[in-house]
Amino acid sequence: MNQFLLGIGMGLCILVFFILYRVVFGPGVFNRIAALSAIGTKTLIILLIIGFLYNRVDMFVDISMVYALLNLIGTLAASKYLETAGEN
Amino acid sequence: MNITNILFILFMVGGLFFFTTATIGLLRFPDFFSRLHATGKGDTLAVFLSLIGLGIYEGFSLTSLKIVFIAVFMFLAQPTATHAISRAGFRSGLKPWFKEEEKS
Repeated sequence: MNQFLLGIGMGLCILVFFILYRVVFGPGVFNRIAALSAIGTKTLIILLIIGFLYNRVDMFVDISMVYALLNLIGTLAASKYLETAGEN
Repeated sequence: MNITNILFILFMVGGLFFFTTATIGLLRFPDFFSRLHATGKGDTLAVFLSLIGLGIYEGFSLTSLKIVFIAVFMFLAQPTATHAISRAGFRSGLKPWFKEEEKS
C-alpha cells in the first residue's frame, strides 16, 4: 500500500509543477494568487501522504492543519489588499 | 484486500482525478473567472475526497478525527477564498470573457 501512496504523491507533485507555469507566466496578479491557492491545497495532501509514508501521521496532521489555515488567511489578505488598491 | 483498502483506493483515485481536471482547467481556460471556476469547484471536491480516503486508511483514532476536521474546514474555507478573490478581481476592473460572434 506504500507504493500506491507514493504514486499518488508523485502525481500531485507533477500537478504542482504544471500549476507553477500559471504562477510564473500568468497575466496579472489575480491569476497568480489563484494558482498559489491551488498549490497550497495540493501541498496539504502531499504533507499527509509524507506523514503516512514515514509513519509519523500524528505530527504531520498538525502541520497540515496549520497549512490549511495559513492558505486561507494568505489568500483572503492578498485579495482584500488588491481590492482596496484597485490595480490589476 | 478487504473493504477498507478498496474504499481507500477508490477515494484517492477520485481525488487525483479531480485534481487533474482542475489543473487542466486552470491551464487551458481563456480568462480569470473561468479559470477560477474550474479550480475552485474541482479542488474543493478533490480535497474532500482525498482527506476522507486518508481518514479511512488511518482508522478510528484522534488523528483521523483531525483529518475529518481538516476536510470540513477546507469544505468551508475554499469557497470563501474563491469568492473573495473573484470579488476582488471583478471590482478592480477585470472583464469577463465573451465568445466573439461578430467575426465569424
